[in-house]
Amino acid sequence: MGVIERKLPDNALTQLIDKVVNWARRSSLWPMTFGLACCAIEMMAAGASRYDFDRFGVIFRATPRQSDVMIVAGTVTVKMAPVLRKVYDQMPEPRWVISMGTCANTGKNFDTYHVVQGVEQIVPVDVYVPGCPPRPEGLMYGVILLQERIDQMKVFRK
Amino acid sequence: MMEKGLMDKGSVEGQVVDYLMRETLKTREMWINMGPQHPSTHGVLRLILALEGERIVDTEVVIGYLHRGMEKLAEAKTYPQFLPYTDRLDYISSHAMNFGYVLAVEKLMGIEVPDRAQYIRVMMAELTRISSHLLWLATHALDIGAMTVFLYCFREREMILDLCEMAGGARLTTSYFRIGGVAHDLPDGFIEQAREFCRIFPKKAKDYDDLILKNRIWLSRTVNVAKISGEEALNLGLTGPNIRGSGVYWDIRKDEPYSNYDKLDWEIAVYDGCDVYARYLVRLKEMRESCKIVSQCLDVLEKLDGPVMAKVPKVIKPPEGEVYASVEAPKGELGFYIVSDGSPKPYRLKIKAPSFANLISIPTMVKGHMVADVIAAIGSIDVVLGEVDR
Repeated sequence: MGVIERKLPDNALTQLIDKVVNWARRSSLWPMTFGLACCAIEMMAAGASRYDFDRFGVIFRATPRQSDVMIVAGTVTVKMAPVLRKVYDQMPEPRWVISMGTCANTGKNFDTYHVVQGVEQIVPVDVYVPGCPPRPEGLMYGVILLQERIDQMKVFRK
Repeated sequence: MMEKGLMDKGSVEGQVVDYLMRETLKTREMWINMGPQHPSTHGVLRLILALEGERIVDTEVVIGYLHRGMEKLAEAKTYPQFLPYTDRLDYISSHAMNFGYVLAVEKLMGIEVPDRAQYIRVMMAELTRISSHLLWLATHALDIGAMTVFLYCFREREMILDLCEMAGGARLTTSYFRIGGVAHDLPDGFIEQAREFCRIFPKKAKDYDDLILKNRIWLSRTVNVAKISGEEALNLGLTGPNIRGSGVYWDIRKDEPYSNYDKLDWEIAVYDGCDVYARYLVRLKEMRESCKIVSQCLDVLEKLDGPVMAKVPKVIKPPEGEVYASVEAPKGELGFYIVSDGSPKPYRLKIKAPSFANLISIPTMVKGHMVADVIAAIGSIDVVLGEVDR
């Protein structure tokens, strides 16, 4: 949003503009498929026939350049961490991160030398979805929470 | 590359042409990187491809992006505590992974599992085989470009996951099996729902055939692509549907029957096309055979009553010794090698993962093929990186 981002006064007009922008952003959250382990299967199930993520405007993209949200689904290892950060850096702003499953949240199941204990050490996380693996409903709830959060964002007003 | 001149080296022209070709028209291999973040590598596989034009000269497989230290973790856990970790090896077919582990521990301790538990185990393992192959078909078809198959397969897969949830309480990582039996008996209504699945599945399987079995695009992407002969496959240690796609009769369920497989009536699916298409046919037939096994198990379970858990001591302390037990997981031979020192924790636990052995065949399969065929090859051998890296 460039130079006027978070610069305009907070009034009825800017509130309306913010509302429109936030509506557009939250209604077409395109996640990047960052399937790492077990959670990726539930993420695929969430996108498939029964749970049908498309109705939330969530369409999986294969490239970071086209996506708004990164769903980190699975165990992040020390070898994978630089790749994860690189992909995150390639995403255009505004960008969000959903951490899906216990491994990505805290790494606690696999408290070993090669597993990153929580993906927040590498990228900032907006929503944590607990479970090992979470059900597709869980991921769906996570996406809805993220949409609510986007609704509260200030785009133009201070 | 260009040492051999086109003309006679003795003549002056020949020497000039030879010099020019050597110095100015040098060709060299191009190295490209594929993965670990790639939608078609089924997780976090990384390949380094050496290309000459669009042909593949050499391939290097880089693994370790999902190494979680499972085998070392096992040494710090008691035998029952390690059971949930086996779910996360090949997370698509967690029952089969449980099966291999509990068989190894039971063999070590000499536990006799009740008959009803045996049938429940076989049935759940076969259900999970169908679910695994459905997921494979869905993603493999998606990689090659058939989107509808993905949606169809997931529709039936959800039915199996519902059954898993009824029995074990979880969709994917169920941990339903226990050392000495299964966690608890099947709930009410399970048998009816499973019967319903067995009734409609063959019809649904025909839907997949209608979509891609004789589809021209599918055939041109799979027939004669990524060939591997039976002999090569044996030498590389391939197992499961991949070796049966090369015309080798090898199925642990038949050759070294475990549990109740010798009491059931079914066929091994073998095709000798050696290519991606043959492996596809093998898996399709296996799904139908598994469906047959499930309905036979249901017939038995309806009549057979009894305990589902053997008498097992509260603290599981196997005697000193070592054991190897293997099962036919959906991807191939899954083996657990356990060394026990008589304590409640394994001294050493080695997992022989089928995908690890199958992955070795990629460089042989794709040599000389186009870049686009790598996707078909990776899809056809059905890797799950969770068990490759462990």
